[in-house]
Amino acid sequence: MTSKLVENYFRMDKLPHIWCPGCGHGILTRAAIKAIDELKLDKDKVCIVSGIGCSSRAPGYLDFNTLHTTHGRALAFATGLKHANPELEIIVVTGDGDCSAIGGNHLIHAARRNIDITTVVYNNNIYGMTGGQYSPTTPTGDKGTTAPYGNIDKGFDICSLAQAAGATYTARATAYHAKLLIELIKNGILNKGFSVIDAVSVCPTYYGRRNKKGDSVRMMEWLKEHAVNVKAAAKLPKEKLEGKFIIGELHRNPQPEYTDEYGKIVESLKRG
Amino acid sequence: MTNKNVRLMQGNEACLEGAIAAGMRFFAGYPITPSTEIAEGASEKLPKVGGKFIQMEDEIGSMAAVIGASLAGEKAMTATSGPGMSLKQENIGYASLTEVPCVIVNVQRGGPSTGLPTSPAQGDIMQTRWGAHGDHPVIALYPASVSEIYTVTVTAFNLAEKYRVPVILLLDEVIGHMRERVELPDKEELQIIDRAKPTVRPEEYLPYKADPNGGIPEMPAFGEGYRYHVTGLIHGESGFPSNNPEVTAKLLDRLMKKIENNIDDIIRYQEEGTKDCEIILLAYGSTARSAKSAADMAREQGIQVGLFRPITIWPFPEKRIKEIAQKAKTIIVPEMNLGQYRLVVERVAAGKCRIVGLNRADGEIITPEDILDKIKGEL
Repeated sequence: MTSKLVENYFRMDKLPHIWCPGCGHGILTRAAIKAIDELKLDKDKVCIVSGIGCSSRAPGYLDFNTLHTTHGRALAFATGLKHANPELEIIVVTGDGDCSAIGGNHLIHAARRNIDITTVVYNNNIYGMTGGQYSPTTPTGDKGTTAPYGNIDKGFDICSLAQAAGATYTARATAYHAKLLIELIKNGILNKGFSVIDAVSVCPTYYGRRNKKGDSVRMMEWLKEHAVNVKAAAKLPKEKLEGKFIIGELHRNPQPEYTDEYGKIVESLKRG
Repeated sequence: MTNKNVRLMQGNEACLEGAIAAGMRFFAGYPITPSTEIAEGASEKLPKVGGKFIQMEDEIGSMAAVIGASLAGEKAMTATSGPGMSLKQENIGYASLTEVPCVIVNVQRGGPSTGLPTSPAQGDIMQTRWGAHGDHPVIALYPASVSEIYTVTVTAFNLAEKYRVPVILLLDEVIGHMRERVELPDKEELQIIDRAKPTVRPEEYLPYKADPNGGIPEMPAFGEGYRYHVTGLIHGESGFPSNNPEVTAKLLDRLMKKIENNIDDIIRYQEEGTKDCEIILLAYGSTARSAKSAADMAREQGIQVGLFRPITIWPFPEKRIKEIAQKAKTIIVPEMNLGQYRLVVERVAAGKCRIVGLNRADGEIITPEDILDKIKGEL
């Protein structure tokens, strides 16, 4: 039996989804609609915009204005939508490759403008849709179909990247920490500006199997064991954080928002 | 006599003024010579008329933002040149498949690559037709004077809105940067077309169900209560992805037919002396102006020369060019490229008359004298 939440926000006739058994993306998608539900957003005003990849198939299942764009370009399309009609509530669903490799330029510039868009990165450390190539968040040394001897690239911390570029809200949770994720997405939506939520997923099919990470349950346990809440992390010595990653609200720094600032120019010109 | 609306304008400025008159209220762009004046003008004028300007991080992003704005219900435009046009192809293809109206101005410069940034060229004819991958429809217009840039820009928006396609407006650098007298039409004189909005209730709405008469689906803006899905994947009438061969064939067929079935409404051209002259000049944009002068000079010397000037360069004005070719002895196609449009003329006119090119792609314009010499060589 499906939950009321799913019935209210999913396009039920589009299910079942295409994600593999054990994929974390379903949990992330539920967290996003739960956040929307708790904030009582008007469905007619919500636009879910995505790029290309496993993550980016999420909008098709959701009952909002949904836009499945080209690879990496979701934020640029979303910028056009938001700038043209600032009353729209824009949520971008993207993946690690989509947003930080091919879409990296759009990510840093959306952050720099502080345009009121909430970006949820379904980060599974791999290009899943194309069969498991290494991505900008594949840990150094891990394998992908295009890194058969281990990845020699350094990984991106997408939250640090977005913060450095000017995002006014950044946070991280995981498919295991679903309740935290809901709160963080809500806070991201409420932030009047550019928000990035790094939602760490699991890809047992391509990333997990090739890197001997175990099944989906084992990968979820790994998330539980290696995530440290930002508040707890503040009290821990550095050596205790070795090999761990930080979750929770990482950065909040309200700044003037792009469409508001543009609106001020329009108003000043009206006054002459 | 009152000349209240007569102005001296640059071609790029006329393009922006025409766009605003057509209802364009969103511009996203990226600086590039020789189109930059359009973005500069848009940044100044749009906020004064309640519109939005944004300088995006790159050409790809500006094309994406234009499509996003159009989905939000605005008439939207971008302007670029050479390398920028190459980058925009990805999302021009997206706009074709998703049927999102928009206008892309390409003030051409010499290529390939960075090429000749400040020199005129007409080298993007085939890119305009086939720049995006896959079979797709295209409408491309090519004005030949500053005043025509104004009116043809309005037409570009009208065709984009009516047929739900990206319309490419090709300008020549020399006209984009030239100043000429423009008589601006009164607002009432301009025919402005807006996209058709659905009349059915949201629960009955199918975003890609075509109106049986015109083949063009109706399009609400995001936020108007229809909550539909837009994807660059092949999709059925519901808008959701499909890889069914029948759905695929049906969609591609409709995309092509919505242009083919309305070809007479879309095709625009100008001609003189094409009925009774043995030699016809077939030229577009600034080269058509040299061709016109050459035809006048030839006439003064007793040589009768006709002129056919396509304004709609894509779809190709095939029917009319076939007719002309039946009667002509020679069609001369002067163009500032190495023979791109001549190839298409040959496709429809080969065997009916002689077809010769007059080409240069060295950053210099083709002069009336060059064309006159060619005419004499064909006598």
